[in-house]
Amino acid sequence: MQKLKPEDLGKISERMKGVVNLRDGAYCAKITVHMGTCGIAAGARKVMTALLAVVAEKGNKDVLVTTSGCAGLCGREPMATVELRGEAPVKYGNLDEAKIKEIFDQHVLGKKIVTEYAIGIGSERVS
Amino acid sequence: MVCAGTGCVSAKCFKIKEALERELKKHDLCEEVQIVMTGCNGFCAQGPIMVVQPEGIFYNMLKEEDIPHLVAEHFLKGRPVKKLMFTPPQEKAPVPLMKDIGFFSKQSLLILRNRGLIDPENIDEYIARNGYAAFSKAVTSMAPDEVIAEIRNSGLRGRGGAGFPTAKKWEHCRHAPGEPKYIICNADEGDPGCFQDRSILEGDPHSVIEGMLIGAYAIGSRHGYIYVRNEYPLAIKRFSTALSQARQYGLLGDDVLGTKFSFDISISRGAGAFVCGESSALMASIEGKIGEPRYKHIHATEKGLWDKPTVLNNVKTWASVPSIIRHGAEWFAKIGTETSKGTMVFSLVGKIKNTGLIEVPMGISLREIIYDIGEGLIGDRKFKAVQTGGPSGGCLPESCLDLPVDYESLTEAGSMMGSGGMIVLDEDNCMVDVARYFLDFLKGESCGKCTACRDGIEAMYECLNDICEGKGKEKDIEMLEELAGAVKDASLCGLGASAPNPVLSTIRYFRDEYDAHIRDKKCPAGVCKALIQYSIDAEKCTGCTLCAKKCPSEAITGERKAKHAIDLEKCIKCGVCREVCKFKAVVVN
Repeated sequence: MQKLKPEDLGKISERMKGVVNLRDGAYCAKITVHMGTCGIAAGARKVMTALLAVVAEKGNKDVLVTTSGCAGLCGREPMATVELRGEAPVKYGNLDEAKIKEIFDQHVLGKKIVTEYAIGIGSERVS
Repeated sequence: MVCAGTGCVSAKCFKIKEALERELKKHDLCEEVQIVMTGCNGFCAQGPIMVVQPEGIFYNMLKEEDIPHLVAEHFLKGRPVKKLMFTPPQEKAPVPLMKDIGFFSKQSLLILRNRGLIDPENIDEYIARNGYAAFSKAVTSMAPDEVIAEIRNSGLRGRGGAGFPTAKKWEHCRHAPGEPKYIICNADEGDPGCFQDRSILEGDPHSVIEGMLIGAYAIGSRHGYIYVRNEYPLAIKRFSTALSQARQYGLLGDDVLGTKFSFDISISRGAGAFVCGESSALMASIEGKIGEPRYKHIHATEKGLWDKPTVLNNVKTWASVPSIIRHGAEWFAKIGTETSKGTMVFSLVGKIKNTGLIEVPMGISLREIIYDIGEGLIGDRKFKAVQTGGPSGGCLPESCLDLPVDYESLTEAGSMMGSGGMIVLDEDNCMVDVARYFLDFLKGESCGKCTACRDGIEAMYECLNDICEGKGKEKDIEMLEELAGAVKDASLCGLGASAPNPVLSTIRYFRDEYDAHIRDKKCPAGVCKALIQYSIDAEKCTGCTLCAKKCPSEAITGERKAKHAIDLEKCIKCGVCREVCKFKAVVVN
C-alpha cells in the first residue's frame, strides 16, 4: 500500500464521506452493532449474525452493516444504532436476535422506529 | 403582537395586520388595542403568528377571514378564541432525544469522541473523523518545543491517577541526556470494576496511536511500547490491527508522512499483576524482569526503560493529546476547573441504574454523575457511599456528593481520582466489609518487596476480618489508623502508599459502623455473617415453601400454607431465602 503524505489524509476523509455520512453516499441506511467487550459478552455476536442473515435474505444492497466499540451504556448492551438517510440516528438497547430482525423489518424497511426497544434519538455531544 | 419575521411575512402576516386594523376600527377599539409588528418568533412553521398581551395568548396559522371573529370575540367580549389558539401536539415523541436523556446529555465527549461512531478496525473511518490531522499538523508545522508548550498551556495532567502535569514529563525527557528515548502507554488497567482503558483501545485504538505519535515527535523518541493486560484479548487484537494499518499507511515506521520523523510501537502484554500498573514495575516487566517497583529518586524521564529517558502516560492521557493539538490549548483549558482541565472518563458501576462508561468535564459534581447520568440507585435504594479511584481509593458519603470532581477535591476528601473507577454502594453494603474486600485484593496484589506494604496490609486485613467476625476489640480502630500511617509512609510505591485509603476513608465517614461491629457486635447493613441471624416474619410469610426448597442446608421447615421457621443451628447464612422470598418475609437481625 502507498505510504501517505500529509495531504492524503484529506483525500481519504473525502472518500470516506459516503460511509461516515449517509447523505453523501450510496447507502440509504446504516446499522452499527456496538461490539466492545461489554456488547459481545451480552450477546452482540448473535445479534450481528442474525442481522447479517436477515440483510442477506432480503437482499438489500444499500444497507450498510458495520461495527463499532462500546456505546457507553454498558448496562443496556447489546446495543445497535440505526441511521436512515436524512434522519437522526436511533439507539436501541437490550437486543437479541428476534429484536434486531424486527428492527430491520420495521425501522430499516418500514421506516418506523420500534419505540419499544429504542433508547434515544440523535447524537451525543462531541467536544 | 404580530410576527413579521420572514417566515410569517411570506405567510401573509401583513394581510392579517390590515384585517386587524380594519376590524379594530369597526369596533372602535383602536385606542385600547395596539398592534405591534415583531421580529421572528422562531416558530415559523406555525405562522402567521400573533401573541395577545398581557395575557400572552398565542394564536397560530391565522387566516385573514379568522380576524373579524377573533376581534369580536377576544377584544370586544374578552373571550379568547380557543380554536385559533396553538395546541401543542398531544402525542409526545415516544422515544426521547439523546440530548434529553440524562445519561447522554451531561456527558462531554473528548477522549471518547469517536465512541460508537467508527469501525475501530478501519483506519479510514478514523481518518474520516479528522484522525491523524492533529499529528499531521504537529509534524509539518510545529517544532517539538511548540508541541510541548501547547500541552503545557492546555493544563493536561496524567489521567492514570496521580495527575502529574503531562508537559513537565515530556519536557524533562526531551532534555534528558541519553539515547534512545522511549515512550510508553500504560494500559495495565487492573482496578476491579474499571474498563475505561479497555474500552478506548477496543473502540478507538488510533486515537491512542496518534497521541503517542505526537508525544514521540515532541520528545524525540523513535520507539514506543504499549503495556496491556493479556486479559484484554479484544483490545490487543484491535490495537494490533490498528498498528498494522498505520504501518501500511506509513503513519508508523520510517519517515512518517514523508517527513524525517520515524516512530513505531510494540505491544507488551502483561500477565495481570496489579502492581505492574505502577510505572517502575511496568518498565521492569517490559524488560523481562520481575514486575517490582524500584526507588524513584531518579525519575523515569532520566532513567526509565533500559535506563533510558522514558515518558509513561495512561491510555486516556494519550487519547486526549490529538484534540488539544487540533483545537488548541486554549480550547482545552476552557473545559474543567482551575487546576484540573479537560474531561475524565469513569466506569460507573455498582448499585447504579445506568452502568456504563462516561466522560464528563472535570468539576462536575458526584451528585450529577450519580443521579443525572447514573439516574440514581437500583430499586431506588438509599445511597450510602461512592468509591472512587479503584481499590486504593476511598469511600465518600452523601455529604461529599456536591464535591467537584477534580484531583485536589477528591484527594482532600480522602479518596483520589485514580484511573477512573466509580463504584456506587447502597444501604445494603457494609462499609467494614467493603474495606475488608479491597484490602483482601491489595494483600494479594502486593509484590512483597517492601515490609510495610507486604505485612502492613496483611495486618490491617486481619484486623478488619476480626471486626467483621465479631472479634473486634476496643482500640482496633486506633490500631488500624496507626498501621495505615506506617504503611502509607514506609511503602516503596503507590500501591502501598494508597492501600490504607479504603480503611481510613471508611473510618473517617462511617465510624459508627465500625463501632456497631466492635461494641454492639452488630452489622447494621446485615452483611457480616458472624453478626447476623436470619428469621422469618410470621406476619408476612404466606407458606409458599419457596425458601424451604431453595435452602441448601435444609434449615427451613414449615408445611404448605403454614408459617415457616429457620433452624439457626443448620443455617449457613447464605441469604438465598431472603433473595427468593417474594413477600419480604425473611428478615436480618
